[in-house]
Amino acid sequence: MIERAHVLICSGSNCISRGAKSLRDEFETHLTALGIREEIKLVNTGCVGLCEQGPFVIVYPEGVFYAQVKNKDIETICKEHLYKGRIVEKLVFDEALTQDKQVKSFEEIKFYSKQTRIALRNCGLINPDDIEEYIARDGYRGLGRTLLEMTQMEVIDEMISSGLRGRGGGGFPTGVKWRFAYNNENDQKYIICNADEGDPGAFMDRALLEGDPHSVLEGLMIGGYAIGANKGYIYVRIEYPTAIEKLHTAIAQAKEYGLLGENIFGSGFDFDIEIRLGAGAFVCGEETALIASIEGGRGMSRNKPPFPAAKGLWGKPTIINNVETLANIPAIMCNGADWFSRIGTEKSKGTKVFSLGGNIKNAGLVEVPMGTTLRTVIYEIGGGIPKNKSLKAVQTGGPSGGAIPESMLDLPIEYETLIAAGSMMGSGGMVVIDEDNCMVDICRFYLEFTVEESCGKCTPCREGTKKMLEMLNIISSGNGTLEDLDKLEHLAHMVKSSSLCGLGQAAPNPVLSMLDKFRDEFVAHVVDKKCPGGVCKPLIELQITEDCIGCTKCAKECPVDAISGSIKQLHSIDVSTCIKCGICKNICPVDAIISV
Amino acid sequence: MKDITLTINGRKVTVPEDYTVMKAAEGLGISVPRLCFLKGINETSSCRLCVVDIKGVKGLKNSCTLNVEEGMEIETDTDEIRDSVVQNLQLLASNHVFECWACEREHNCELLDLMRRYSVENIYGESRDFVKKNRWINDSSASIVLDSGKCILCGRCISACEMQSGLNILDFNERGNETYVGPALFHNMEDSGCIYCGKCIQACPVGAITEKSELDEVIAALRDPSKKVIVSAAPSIRVALGEEFGGKIGGNVEGKMYKSFEVLGFDEIMDTNFTADLTILEEGTEFIKRVTEGGKLPLFTSCSPGWINYIEQYEPQFLDHLSTAKSPQQMAGAVSKNYYAEKLGYKKEDVVFVSIMPCIAKKHEADRPEMEVDGVRDVDYVLTTREYARLLRRKGIDFMSLEDGHPHGKLVQYSGAAPIFGTTGGVMEAALRTVSEILEEKETPINFKEVRGLEGVKEATYNVAGIDVNVAVVHGGVSIKEFFKLLKTSEKQYHFVEFMACTGGCINGGGQPIHPAIVQDNIDIRAERARTLYEIDAACEKRKSHFNDDVMALYKEWLDKPGSHIAHKVLHTHYNKREFYKN
Repeated sequence: MIERAHVLICSGSNCISRGAKSLRDEFETHLTALGIREEIKLVNTGCVGLCEQGPFVIVYPEGVFYAQVKNKDIETICKEHLYKGRIVEKLVFDEALTQDKQVKSFEEIKFYSKQTRIALRNCGLINPDDIEEYIARDGYRGLGRTLLEMTQMEVIDEMISSGLRGRGGGGFPTGVKWRFAYNNENDQKYIICNADEGDPGAFMDRALLEGDPHSVLEGLMIGGYAIGANKGYIYVRIEYPTAIEKLHTAIAQAKEYGLLGENIFGSGFDFDIEIRLGAGAFVCGEETALIASIEGGRGMSRNKPPFPAAKGLWGKPTIINNVETLANIPAIMCNGADWFSRIGTEKSKGTKVFSLGGNIKNAGLVEVPMGTTLRTVIYEIGGGIPKNKSLKAVQTGGPSGGAIPESMLDLPIEYETLIAAGSMMGSGGMVVIDEDNCMVDICRFYLEFTVEESCGKCTPCREGTKKMLEMLNIISSGNGTLEDLDKLEHLAHMVKSSSLCGLGQAAPNPVLSMLDKFRDEFVAHVVDKKCPGGVCKPLIELQITEDCIGCTKCAKECPVDAISGSIKQLHSIDVSTCIKCGICKNICPVDAIISV
Repeated sequence: MKDITLTINGRKVTVPEDYTVMKAAEGLGISVPRLCFLKGINETSSCRLCVVDIKGVKGLKNSCTLNVEEGMEIETDTDEIRDSVVQNLQLLASNHVFECWACEREHNCELLDLMRRYSVENIYGESRDFVKKNRWINDSSASIVLDSGKCILCGRCISACEMQSGLNILDFNERGNETYVGPALFHNMEDSGCIYCGKCIQACPVGAITEKSELDEVIAALRDPSKKVIVSAAPSIRVALGEEFGGKIGGNVEGKMYKSFEVLGFDEIMDTNFTADLTILEEGTEFIKRVTEGGKLPLFTSCSPGWINYIEQYEPQFLDHLSTAKSPQQMAGAVSKNYYAEKLGYKKEDVVFVSIMPCIAKKHEADRPEMEVDGVRDVDYVLTTREYARLLRRKGIDFMSLEDGHPHGKLVQYSGAAPIFGTTGGVMEAALRTVSEILEEKETPINFKEVRGLEGVKEATYNVAGIDVNVAVVHGGVSIKEFFKLLKTSEKQYHFVEFMACTGGCINGGGQPIHPAIVQDNIDIRAERARTLYEIDAACEKRKSHFNDDVMALYKEWLDKPGSHIAHKVLHTHYNKREFYKN
């Protein structure tokens, strides 16, 4: 029977954590009670992307986009929309409603209309547990073309001419990397999918693995064929249980359909995929540490050269590609290098997925063509900054990247331009920082992360990042001097130039870029002994402005009773008692408490 | 092999294509600083001190593993490099406990040397604004001490443990800034399966791993008028001790060594060479008995306490193959106290027996509960070669200008068979010299050269009195492991196997003088020291243990004959299966 409506329920980890797990059961119950269960198809999809507004339910054919859906809303959607055909306007995502209360379809919402989805082409649209849905959207066609119509070198040439570059951060041309491994003759080669996503706040790879695992498997197989590897590994962190489960299901289904295993498509090409779990060390995303981990050793980086393409896993030529890179490959092989290379800019082709976070309205997953400006991503797709605060900076590249100031927002997103701006593409973290943040504090945050995640092998990273963090602590406590800023910068340059692996070489980037672009803020800390962002506790004082309405909320919540004032009267803070915990500031209904 | 021409600091140099940039620079007399690199053992490029600038390449690259390439243009001493080296040294120094005067490596510390060369100011370590890591000292064993306060985390010990003992006892624990070196899972050394070969100590560039020192106890004994202190040094001490004082590697300083004992005020000097000969008579007789009367074969030697630690922990099912003869050290203590003390007019309870050994496992051996006779410990204190040199330095003795000493006691004489105990193959050769002569009842050859040399497992077959005797000589943990694999699968009937825990034998023991990595890379120290031992052997008038008159006199006066009841009581022992990681 053909269903008259399809209901997509976002089941990405973000929506699950916001309560989407039981939505399907609710639908089952209510649709059955209404007697229309058989008329409606329910599909649990991967991440839809607009995570801030989840959980989502999308109802086709209209494409109605319900946001922030709760269990209790399902009955209404079933009774009103699915039974009576009346869209439940109050549950529709507000940006999907026009001023005259017309409901725009999901694709017409600004968040999506500005995006170009290649890697995420199936995410949120198909059931990742059903290989047929993947196949229905051209899945495994690229593999078929590869295995049946092309030589290994032709595949590599196609990849080179597509201009695809590594999406894990480095931006090395994928086809060129493959050619190295292809040229290194050996009876055994390996291809590894690096799914050890570790940047704080980044979840592009998780969403892809959960929402469209077959695209990653297909990409891995195409790469395996090209370089001459018949064994692939997917190195995925154990903190991604849903992704692991989806991968297992996808591998089993691909085997069942003869798309994975021996003599695929009768081409004589055999391929096997094994999943290896990482314990969650950030450094294991670095390819040589990842290899050490798969081999059963400690996740510690190794010196390059030799590069993995020459001597990698168990000493054999090995290619390591990131999840997003692999997810692009089937689309390229299906639609051709020309199609792909028309998207993006001269040096950066295709699209890039970002996980947009921080002080932004529409936090979530976005995929934009290379060359899109940061301003478009933040203001048009991301919806701008909440509370109309002003933007101070955008951090790309996570703990390995840098902060780009407001003045550079019209920069097109490309590998080279971001590096020139003192940051980097990275794997796709994009953190929006508003005026209420302190750049010294943000530096400390990233440094704390790298100190924690350093493997401890080489001197500059193990000891240098720690000393940098200690210097930042001195600066943020108000005990620093101008000379300390120079010392910090001096040490940061050394750690960058002499560390063993990419983690250490990139660890000073936040410090260097923020010292470069936001030096005034650092100077304020050491000279004026002030924190302009109002964050560094030793340097701030909380004050109540004339805007106070005397609601007494702050006085009641203050843990140390530092606030006095009677009802409807201007309150005041006793600075000698105040511990600067900021509770009052957060609960003040009229933003009358400020840090100075 | 192809030659490569490259430019280093503006100077052209042509080297074979398998050279690293560091080695090519060395050839030009350019010294590139280094701390973690130990050729063939630790090539992890983790210290980042040997960085160089390659024209056209971004950032600095480590030269220790960087292969030379045609036309490469290298700079090794730019301002950026110098600055990078200084800053990395500052970082390493920040957590280092600088107690140089009290440190065993005061005279050859590789970190201190670089701190001097680069005139490094310890900006972090001397500032109260920066945090020092917690110091963690693992001194649970009788032999070895790990001190995280000195450790610079270069990983040389870990690699040496893996590549030379084959046991992987040490590894990095924790991560990042919290990293420290030790046995896995916070275990103490005594329960870690360590055999105390001490390869880690010799790999360490600083004083982060040392023997457990008994120097203060020895000094106290020397000061105590009620104690009679007898000293005895192992065969391999005399070919290494001079190195501690700038002498040539492998130089023979036997005479100065004897003299130094006198100068320090030891009450009596003996020589462990004497008991090496005694060991041959006991062990040789045991071998003959097993061959002729049908005992457990092959017979395994038992002189190397590191090897004893190995078999007790890793191959205990073979324990009955071991010779029950105590090691020369333990025999020396036992003979001194139970026989010789009385001759000297000492009460054996008053005797303090100090043994100078190339080995840290000897400390553990001396500490074993069974190593005593009638409640009197065989050996009281064991000093390594290094500790003994330190004792001399503490006493202000200018060792290299000492004249030769000539001790006249009755436990000093040795045959040429004794000094070669200090090298791999030596115990076997010494035993074969005596065993063959006893079995054939006629004069037999002196040299058994097939068992000499540094190959990990050496095998030979000698026809002795009509029997084809299959012998093997195995040294170093890795080779021991390999040999046991062979032994368990091979059909071959071995008769006699010599085992030593250290590669090269005692000459390369864990208690021997340490040389900086660059010296270890360029000179096979083992070969130099071994050569001198063979020279000493060749220079001996008598070269077979049973021709040692004083040893034979000892049998006549006291022990009766090898393997006698009294010999068993004093000179033999037993072994136990031991487990580790018990808790």
